[in-house]
Amino acid sequence: MSIYVNIEKKFKGFSLQVKFNTESASTGILGASGSGKSMTLRCIAGIETPDRGEILVNGKTLFDSEKNINLKPQQRHVGYLFQNYALFPTMTVYENIGCGFRGEKKLRDERVRDFISRYHLKGLEKHLPSQLSGGQQQRVALARMMIGEPEVILLDEPFSALDGFLKDVLQRDMQDFLQEYQGDMLMVTHSRDEAFRFCRELMLLKEGKTLTFGKTRELFEQPGLVEAARLTGCKNFSRIEKLGSRYLFALDWGISLRTEKEIPEEASYVAIRGHWIQGRDSDGENCIPFQPAEYVENTFEHQYLVQTPGMDKDTVLWWMRPRNSFRETEERQLPEYLYLPPEHLMLLK
Amino acid sequence: MGEFMQEINWSPLWISLKTGAVATAIAFFLGIWCARKIMKMKPVSRAVLDGVLTMPLVLPPTVAGFFLLIIFSLRRPFGKFLLENFDFKIVQTWKGCVVAAAVIAFPLMYRNARAAFEQVDVNLIHAGQTLGMSDRKIFWKVIMPTAAPGIASGTVLAFARAIGEYGATSMLAGNILGKTRTVSVAIAAETAAGNYDVAGFWVVVIVALSFVIVALINIVSGRGMKSRRWI
Repeated sequence: MSIYVNIEKKFKGFSLQVKFNTESASTGILGASGSGKSMTLRCIAGIETPDRGEILVNGKTLFDSEKNINLKPQQRHVGYLFQNYALFPTMTVYENIGCGFRGEKKLRDERVRDFISRYHLKGLEKHLPSQLSGGQQQRVALARMMIGEPEVILLDEPFSALDGFLKDVLQRDMQDFLQEYQGDMLMVTHSRDEAFRFCRELMLLKEGKTLTFGKTRELFEQPGLVEAARLTGCKNFSRIEKLGSRYLFALDWGISLRTEKEIPEEASYVAIRGHWIQGRDSDGENCIPFQPAEYVENTFEHQYLVQTPGMDKDTVLWWMRPRNSFRETEERQLPEYLYLPPEHLMLLK
Repeated sequence: MGEFMQEINWSPLWISLKTGAVATAIAFFLGIWCARKIMKMKPVSRAVLDGVLTMPLVLPPTVAGFFLLIIFSLRRPFGKFLLENFDFKIVQTWKGCVVAAAVIAFPLMYRNARAAFEQVDVNLIHAGQTLGMSDRKIFWKVIMPTAAPGIASGTVLAFARAIGEYGATSMLAGNILGKTRTVSVAIAAETAAGNYDVAGFWVVVIVALSFVIVALINIVSGRGMKSRRWI
């Protein structure tokens, strides 16, 4: 089971250059809006045609510019879940699901009924999409996609248009669905939380180019590139001067740091996620004095923007500190120092 | 009054309605077909061809009539060809009424159909394709029903335009009572002859018919719309 993509497509003022080869069953494409994530999915589905390159799903060539192969979307057997679900507005739930059926006509009725009960849509057969809730719409779209037994499914920002509670419910539904689903899944998202939650492998995309591709957990732990670290939500960066094999001076932060991993030759930045920074009451290794310059109150965490005299003027250190209750104020036992744990320091290019 | 009504020759009304029905049918299929083809084209060729197809809407109908006469005149190659090979005569016949009305009504149908297609979410088409539906099935089962209100109002407008057509019709089909005299042609002819009562009668008929048509459009295209507060 694999998806191999190596394509190029040029637009006015934008070019897409994507390359990856999945090994696990669930892969994510993470990138900012306008980075070409959806365009990549559309190329795989056959809705858009790349200028050059190859697309293979489970060893079957869907597109190959050199061999002049370009299967129609109808022949690709690729399921596509659209951001707005794209349910046919004039058809009932039953008819919508029926549209996805690809087998013999006489088996259709039975299969559609089977999928209606499997996706908990009983009693809604005669409803139009506009009469359904967001969750029901997603289930209809999933059922319509799955009844055709696609070889791979593509999910285009499945949760981006939803509000808080419904989003949580649908994410749980999706997780159940993916657990039962046997085939490959490729999901596009701009949320690192969704990427972390749903995808075992991850491709990071920036301005149409593949930054990195790898195992999700490893990518979050060691993104390798500054851009990649930024995309996964890291906010604290500093240029470095190498002092030893595990010892460096962070130029922008103005402190010497010990690292757990050996510093690679090409590393020029050090970074740390605000959540991994710890408060300390005494000075020591990897510690800087805590001097908050700004404070942001979030629902479940305190955010301090730290500026110490040794730091570069334009640099701040974000420290995310979980809160214990809503009554707690920002001044709750503020530490004297901040500790940057060596095991959480990321060395980046 | 009763005497007046008895003396009225009703043939212009039937000719108008018949012409309107046939011309609308032609404009309906041709308009939808062209709108569908145009949607597939590249922007530049689309702009050019769209301009050509919209011409009959913006030009004076007499100009359209002039072109039609040149094309179908029996003294010219195409008109002669039609007559000699298919015994098909357009000029000064009821067929001429239909052709003139269809040409004038076509842009309304085409433009409304195109606008309705443009309103359809392209993702519906893409969804249909990834689900394995044929393009033909997507067009008839997904796009057409979704675009139905716009298509319907285009059809009604085209019909209204077709039964009211005067300029091109009078040039191409003339004014033969019982054959090519439509209501609009009758109004012009009767007014010119000083028969204001007959002309006025036909005016009332046309006004009533047109009002019914416009009301029909509003009902069709306004379905599902709620009354809302506006500035």
